[in-house]
Amino acid sequence: MKGSSSDFIIIGGGIVGCAVARELSRYEAKTILLERESDVAMGISGRNSGVVHAGFYVEPGSLKAETNVLGHRMMPKICHDLGVPYREVGKIVVAKNEGEIKDLYKLKDNGDKNGVNELRIIDREEIKKIEPEVEGIKALYSPTSAILDPFLLNIALAENALQNGVRILLNTEVTDIKGKGPFIVKTNRGEFRSEFVINSAGLFSDKIAEMVGIDRYKICPCRGEYHILDKNRRHLIHGMVYPVPPREPGGLGIHLTPTTDDNIFIGPSAEYIEEREDTANTKEIMEKLYSEAKELLPKISKKDFIRSFAGIRPKLIKPDAKKSRDFVIEESIDNFINLIGIESPGLTSAPAIARKVVEIIKRKKRLKKNRKFNPKRKAPVRFSKLSDEEKSKLIQKNPNYGRIVCRCETVTRQEIIDALKNPLGARNIYGVRKRSKATCGRCQGGFCIPKIVEIMEEFYNPSIDDLTLKGNNSRLFIGRTKDLRKND
Amino acid sequence: MIERDVDIAIIGGGPAGLSAAIAAKKSGIDNILLIERNESLGGILNQCIHEGFGIEIFGEALTGPEYMQRFIDKVEQLRIPYMLNSTVLDINRKKHITVCSPEDLIKIKAKAIVLAMGCRERTRGQICIPGTRPSGIYTAGCAQNLINLKNYMVGKRVVILGSGDIGLIMARRFKLEGAEVLAVVEILPYSSGLPRNVVQCLEDYDIPLYLSHTVVDIRGIKRVEEVVIAEVDEKRRPIKGTEKRIECDTLLLSVGLIPENELSKMAGVSLDPITNGSIVNENLETNVEGIFACGNVLHVHDLVDHVTLEAELAGESAAAFVKGELRNESNIKVTAGKGIRYALPHLISGKRDVKFSLRVTYPDRDRKIVVRDGERILKKIPRVRINPSEMIQFNIEKEYLKGVNGLTIELE
Repeated sequence: MKGSSSDFIIIGGGIVGCAVARELSRYEAKTILLERESDVAMGISGRNSGVVHAGFYVEPGSLKAETNVLGHRMMPKICHDLGVPYREVGKIVVAKNEGEIKDLYKLKDNGDKNGVNELRIIDREEIKKIEPEVEGIKALYSPTSAILDPFLLNIALAENALQNGVRILLNTEVTDIKGKGPFIVKTNRGEFRSEFVINSAGLFSDKIAEMVGIDRYKICPCRGEYHILDKNRRHLIHGMVYPVPPREPGGLGIHLTPTTDDNIFIGPSAEYIEEREDTANTKEIMEKLYSEAKELLPKISKKDFIRSFAGIRPKLIKPDAKKSRDFVIEESIDNFINLIGIESPGLTSAPAIARKVVEIIKRKKRLKKNRKFNPKRKAPVRFSKLSDEEKSKLIQKNPNYGRIVCRCETVTRQEIIDALKNPLGARNIYGVRKRSKATCGRCQGGFCIPKIVEIMEEFYNPSIDDLTLKGNNSRLFIGRTKDLRKND
Repeated sequence: MIERDVDIAIIGGGPAGLSAAIAAKKSGIDNILLIERNESLGGILNQCIHEGFGIEIFGEALTGPEYMQRFIDKVEQLRIPYMLNSTVLDINRKKHITVCSPEDLIKIKAKAIVLAMGCRERTRGQICIPGTRPSGIYTAGCAQNLINLKNYMVGKRVVILGSGDIGLIMARRFKLEGAEVLAVVEILPYSSGLPRNVVQCLEDYDIPLYLSHTVVDIRGIKRVEEVVIAEVDEKRRPIKGTEKRIECDTLLLSVGLIPENELSKMAGVSLDPITNGSIVNENLETNVEGIFACGNVLHVHDLVDHVTLEAELAGESAAAFVKGELRNESNIKVTAGKGIRYALPHLISGKRDVKFSLRVTYPDRDRKIVVRDGERILKKIPRVRINPSEMIQFNIEKEYLKGVNGLTIELE
C-alpha cells in the first residue's frame, strides 16, 4: 500500500464521509475512504434517531439551516436510488402546558424563515386525530418530517461509492498526516499520498485537524441515550412525537421516533461526558427517559423495552454555552477540508454537505464527470416485506429464502448470506445486524446468533479471532470447548 | 404456493409438540402435521446434555437428547408427518396457517391447532442493565447452544446474573469446561432455580451464590472487562456503597423465560398477563375454538415431564375436537388467591376430574394449599416445602366439584 497516490482521501466512514465519497464518485478521480473500524456506520451515524429533519430547529442563515433544508429535499430521491427505507411519517412537537405554546410559534417562525413547507400549529383535537395516544394542548405539525434507516443509508452510500470507483479501506486508522497538498496520510496499514484530504472523522475530527496544525476546534462529546421498544408497540404512534425543545442547546428533548423497522426509539438524553467513546447507558438516564416518554405517551411500559443504546454528539460547544454553534465546512488550509461538529441535523444534512465539499474542491481543481457513474444501488431482498406470492417465487428460485434464521425479524438464510457477502467486506455480527436486521428483534439474537455463526463458518471458514461481534478485539469466543482444559 | 388441509396442525416439534402429536395420533387422528423450525425435532432439549430428565415419567434420569429420542422414535414409528426447517409466519382465527419452508410457502387449513412454540429468554434490554454493549454478554440458553452444540467456548471468567435453572446448569458446564465462574448473582433473597440444581451445580463446585444482589454496571468497549454487582434492598433497588467490581470476560443472563406467543396473538388468542401464556380451560383450549396450547408456550415449566403430560392432554383434546366429541362447558372461573402466583387451567366445567398446575409467590415450609368455593373448602393439600421455582400439581376429582360456582386456590 506504500506510495499509493490519490486525488482525494476521505477520513471517516460515517454518513458524512460516505456521502462525500459518493458525491466525488460522480467525477473521474482517485478517491480513497479510510475507516478505522471494521465497518462503516460504526460511530455517530449508527447511533441516532434516524430522523430526516424538515429544518425548523436550526438557526436561519446558518450552514445547518442551508444543508438541512437542502438535505431534506434531496433525501427521498437518494433513498429511492439506493434502496434505503424512507418514510414521510410526519412529526408533532407537543406543548404540554400554556407556557410552551410560544415556543411552538418560535419554531414555526424559524421553519418558515428556513423555507420549510406545510408547518402549522394544531390544537388538542387535531393532535388526537393524528396521534390518539399522545397528550398535549397544542402542537407544531410538520407533515414532511421523515424517518429512514441510518445504517442502511450509510452502507448504501458507501456501496454506491465503491461501485462507482471509490476505494474503501476498513480497519485503517489514520495516525498522522504530513506534508501539505500532497498530503502523506499515515495509517496502521501504510501511507497514502493524496492531493486533497477531507476530514469527516466525526468525534475525532478535531484530532485529525490537529495533525495538520489546526487546533482551534475541540470536540465536546455529549451523550444521548435511547431505549428501543418492541415492534408490537408501533401502533401507539403514527409519526414522530417530540416535546418542546429545552432552552439550553444540548438536544431536542426526549422524543418518540418510529423506525423504518417498526420499533419506537425513546430518547435521546443530552449529557456531556469525558470519554468520546463512552457509549454506556446509565441507570439515572434510563429511568429519566422512561418517565419523560411516559408523559408524552402514557401507554408505554418497561416490559416493551428490547434494548438500550447511546450515541455521542460531536459538539463544538462547552456544556455552559448559551448558544449552539454552526457546522464547520471549510477548507481550513490549502486542500484540507474540515467537516467538524456535524451533529444533528447531520444525517439530514449529509448529502448537502457532500455537495458543498465538491463545490469547494471545484474552485481549486477541474473535475471531469464520471460518465459511468450509476446513482442506483440494488438493495438486497427483504423477505419479510414481500407478499406471499413474491415469497413463494423467491423460495422456488432459491430454497435459502425458505429457511428463517431470525424468527423475530423474519430474516432468511439467504439474507444472512447476502449480508456476509457485502461488497465492503464487513463480516461480523453487527455487520449482519445492520444489513439484514437479524438479531434486532425481541430475543436480541439469543436464538439466531448460533445460526449466524454457523453460516459464517460455512461461508468463509473464519478463525476463532475472526468471529467477532463488531470487529477487532470483540471476539465472540475465547476458543473451542476443551481448550481451557488442555493445560490441566 | 402449496395448499394443504390437515386435521391437526401442531406448531413446534419440542417436547410439547411431540407429545401432543403422539397423543392425537393415538386418539385416532391420522391427518396430523407437526411443524418444526429447526433442522431436527426435539426443540431446546437437544442442547440440554445434562441429565435429570424423565425421572417422573420413566423413573430414570436421562439427558435431554435421550429423553427426546424416545418421543422422536415414537413419532417415526407412528408415522406422524412432520416438516423441518419450517417456520410459521402467520396464523389467523380461521386456523389458516402460513408456513415458510425451503420447499415453498405453504398455506395450511387446519381443523385444530396445538400451540407448542415454547419460550424465549428475557434479555438485558428488558431488565435495563446499565453499561456498555461489548461482546461477551450472552443469555444462558444461547451460550448453552454455542457450547454444547457448536463447541465454542464463550468465555473463561464468567459472572452469571440470575439463578434460574439454565443459569445454574450453565455455571456447572462452564466449570466442567475449565472456566472460572466468579459469581452467580440473584436479585431475589432465594434462588429461582430448583433446589436440586443449586446443590448439584453450585454448592458441589464451590461457586458463590450472591442472593439479594444484582448487576448494576457492565464495562468494556470491545469485550466485557468487568461487571459491578451490588446488594439490593427489599424493593430490589441497589444499595449505594455495596458495589463490588468483578473482573470478567463474560456475563451470562438467566433472568427468566417468556412464553413465545406472537403467533397466538395473531390468531386472537387471549393471554394471561401473569404467565404470558394463553388463557385455557380444562381441555387446554384457548378462547379461540379449536386452538389448544401446552408446554412452555402456555406457562414456563420446571420439569419436562410435566410438559409431556400436559401436552398429551392438549393432543387428546384436539383430537376430540376434530371428532366433534369435545364439549366446551368450562364456565367456572379459577382464581389464584393469596400466595399463589398463578393457577391453571383458568376455566373448568366441574364435570370432570381436573389436574391443576400452580406456582407459589414465595418459598416457605409447612403450608397448606387450599381450594375453596367461596367459604366452602373443597380440598386442603399440605406441603412440607413450597418453592416458586417448583411447579405444584394436584388433581381434584369431579365429586368435589359438584355445584361449584368459582374456585379460589390459595395458601393457608
